[in-house]
Amino acid sequence: MRTFRFSRKNLSIPYVIFLAVFVVIPLFVLVYYAFTDRDGHVSLRNFIGFFTDPNTLGTLFYSIVIALTTTLVCLAIAYPTAYILAKSRVKRKSAMLLVFILPMWINFSLRITALKEILTVLEENIAYYPFLNAVIGMTYDFLPFMILPIYTTISRLDPSLIEAAKDLGANDVDAFFKITLPLSVPGIVSGVAMVFLPAMTNYVVLDMLYNSTYIMGSLIGSYFAAYNWNGGSLIALILLLLICVFTYLTRNLEDEDQRAGGGALL
Amino acid sequence: MQEKKDNIIELRHITRRFEDGFEAVSDFNLEVKRGEFVTFLGPSGCGKTTTLRMIAGFDLPTDGQILLEGRDITSLPPYERPINTVFQRYALFPHMNIYENIAFGLRQKKMKEAEIKRKVEKVLDLVDLEGFEGRAVTTLSGGQQQRIAIARALVNEPAILLLDEPLGALDLKMRKEMQIELKQMHDSLGITFIYVTHDQEEALTMSDRIVVMSEGKTQQIGTPEDIYNEPKNAFVADFIGESNIFNGIMIGKMKARFCGGEFTCVDDVEEGTHITAVVRPEDVEITSPEKGIIRGHVISVIFKGMHYEITIESGRNEIVARSVHTATVGDVVGMYVDPDNIHIMIAEDHTNYFTVDINSEYRLEFNGKMLDTSVTKIIPGSRRQPDGTLVDGHGETIDPARTKITASIEPQDISMTDKVEEGLIEGYISNLIYKGDHYSYVIHTDLEQDLVVDDEYLWNMDDHVGLIMPVEKMSFKLNR
Repeated sequence: MRTFRFSRKNLSIPYVIFLAVFVVIPLFVLVYYAFTDRDGHVSLRNFIGFFTDPNTLGTLFYSIVIALTTTLVCLAIAYPTAYILAKSRVKRKSAMLLVFILPMWINFSLRITALKEILTVLEENIAYYPFLNAVIGMTYDFLPFMILPIYTTISRLDPSLIEAAKDLGANDVDAFFKITLPLSVPGIVSGVAMVFLPAMTNYVVLDMLYNSTYIMGSLIGSYFAAYNWNGGSLIALILLLLICVFTYLTRNLEDEDQRAGGGALL
Repeated sequence: MQEKKDNIIELRHITRRFEDGFEAVSDFNLEVKRGEFVTFLGPSGCGKTTTLRMIAGFDLPTDGQILLEGRDITSLPPYERPINTVFQRYALFPHMNIYENIAFGLRQKKMKEAEIKRKVEKVLDLVDLEGFEGRAVTTLSGGQQQRIAIARALVNEPAILLLDEPLGALDLKMRKEMQIELKQMHDSLGITFIYVTHDQEEALTMSDRIVVMSEGKTQQIGTPEDIYNEPKNAFVADFIGESNIFNGIMIGKMKARFCGGEFTCVDDVEEGTHITAVVRPEDVEITSPEKGIIRGHVISVIFKGMHYEITIESGRNEIVARSVHTATVGDVVGMYVDPDNIHIMIAEDHTNYFTVDINSEYRLEFNGKMLDTSVTKIIPGSRRQPDGTLVDGHGETIDPARTKITASIEPQDISMTDKVEEGLIEGYISNLIYKGDHYSYVIHTDLEQDLVVDDEYLWNMDDHVGLIMPVEKMSFKLNR
């Protein structure tokens, strides 16, 4: 008679099932839909359609511009904030950090609706500034994702590195540009990854701001709304490939436990 | 004038007080000669690193002056000081290769690339890491990283090289090798080294001069030989090598009584002076009981490779001896110390120290009498477990048999009584000195100890007295 021996391998079973059902199979479905037409025949029509249609290409370009602007604005706000926060001698640093994370604990739609009201007051008619409002909305939503990894990286920097630079003749400005900034690149890369890609796809923010502009996410949404699974899947696949390329290009810059550190704070 | 010129750096009345009022360094004075190897030695928290950081410019003194070759550099930022530091954990720049790390200081000086290349090669040769220019920091072992850190500092040809416990992270064998190499580097380069360590052996091996520090204050400054052979006070004696330290009194010309025996010594200290006597374990000679000045029984023998460490109990004193011959636990032995090997220090504070026991009930006992205090009160964070055992603040069990508590009490807190049975301990007055407004007595107790007692009234020599020692005036320290 064989007795059941519980080994460590058994522990992985739930995860394997989870991965299969929610990651691997959907991925295959995505690829399948992207390369088939409405009748289920293998075809490159979706693919050719996307890259020949000036509207979809325009949307891709516009998404990149929006995402890029959002990322740069986030970075411009987040880096100094994270730097000051990490370097400050305030005793309750985590409380300070919380102030920046707190909006994330408030319901998303409430947050964006509130933003919309503020923008309406300021701009009279929010329809006049679609690009500006898209960037403001995205920045508001994604800023914590930029602050956290940069904060984590800077606060983990060994202070003796800065001292060593000063010891070797660098003044404060030199020490910042030669030591602190290059060594916080992993945090910046993590932050960019967490802001840039969602900014290309998170059209819900725009919808809720009654924004008339179209980004990649909106495109997928509209295809799916029209039950065009094939077209939507293709765009999703293109975004997926973009993520892969970005991750590949920055693989050396990212810090192993960077995300874990940032995640723990969330 | 010539004297002044020889000093590369002078620290005058340096004090560093932190915002919370804690004084990390108090009135620190030091003159370092050009080319000297000076070591700051002391336990952690003694202020040695803070002092080093003030020399480097990372920290500013609250009071005092730092002069570099006669120039006041007290508030100069670190990048304007011709001083370089080797950091405790190396602090190599991880995003630069070895070449760039070493070239960092030279680039700040806007040196020509050809010159930089030549200097980097030369300094890599000096630390025995030729050809490492292109390597990444992370591919280097701890020892190699340390050498690069030294090279990175030395390449700038600093007036002074500061080293903050640079060998702390290395294993023993590596540490020994680096000690010798650092010393050789110092001798061949002629650069002034200021070295910080808590390792007394390291300090003794490498230094020209040692500054022993404790609680922000200089305890002694001297050559390694001076510090080892003639410690100025009990702290230095205890910190530099193991020592037997006894309270005692001078009882005649070059005669001292401590540890229940009368010893001849070489220090001419006035009769009646309270003293601290220090005897190194290797200077305790074990003899037959008849030949020794004092006697005791062996309570432990530990083999240490080169020698045996033998602990002997004599009266209430414990003496540690080092011998190439073993001994048997329980044997009664005699002990002799050569007059040359007894170091007499005039006791500045006359605090009485004595050992108290923890009994099986976790009560404190002295001289077979219960003290009215509980163990949990004197060991911070300790508490009784439900099963009756005692644990300390870290949750570790305290074994009463293996734990010793040193109690201390000031002379003015002890009072004498004719009713000897009322005292915690009894003894006879073996010495008295008139101190202007009071008398200072030495009581030789039944436990062969000398306790110092201050009293405003005159008692007679050889009076038999009881000593009343209130528990609330005692302080306690746990030794394991």
